[in-house]
Amino acid sequence: MIPYALGFAIGCFALGLALNLWQVTRAREVPDRVLALDTMVINVIALLVLYGIAAGTGIYFEVAVLFALTGFLSTVAYAKYLLRGDVIE
Amino acid sequence: MIAEIVITALLVIAGIFGLVGSWGLVKLPELMTRLHAPTKATTVGVGAVLIASMAENWRTGGGFSFHELLITLFLFLTAPITAHFIAKAHLHRKVAPAELPATASGVAWAGQDGARPASAPEAASAADRP
Repeated sequence: MIPYALGFAIGCFALGLALNLWQVTRAREVPDRVLALDTMVINVIALLVLYGIAAGTGIYFEVAVLFALTGFLSTVAYAKYLLRGDVIE
Repeated sequence: MIAEIVITALLVIAGIFGLVGSWGLVKLPELMTRLHAPTKATTVGVGAVLIASMAENWRTGGGFSFHELLITLFLFLTAPITAHFIAKAHLHRKVAPAELPATASGVAWAGQDGARPASAPEAASAADRP
């Protein structure tokens, strides 16, 4: 039962990732693109953890933690740059 | 058996929530409404995936791991912060101070630093930018 649910969840998140990519190319404003990229990071974290469940190893959690950290930092840096014209003042 | 059903249900819920979040990002009309989809639905989806992963690890005899809880906590803390920052950038770039309703406290809206006059936003923004 679990492998089918895993396949379903992986398919859902992969479709979400494709929709996000489309939104990145379609968006007209820069904050829109930043939001779409942030959502892409969240979807990739979910896919990594799902792959970790499927493969039965714990190594992908470290990757997911690093991905969450870099995704958050890059989004904040982008927003800060848009807001102030500079990242570190 | 019960653990299997719980894990399956969590995975299906996670997939549906993740897809709804990404679909909402494409479908909703403007940035301020679009912020809702990824910050709420997708975060719940990822949280369900991580709890399913914890339960699966426990079911297969790997013990109880707290790594996933760490990611869940981090995501639930950072999603509102990123949404707030993006909304601030949007207000700063696209919305004139005169269009916004007055705040109750006398302090300006986030992203509209201080009491910037509505008539001369260009001069004020050029002055406070390095």
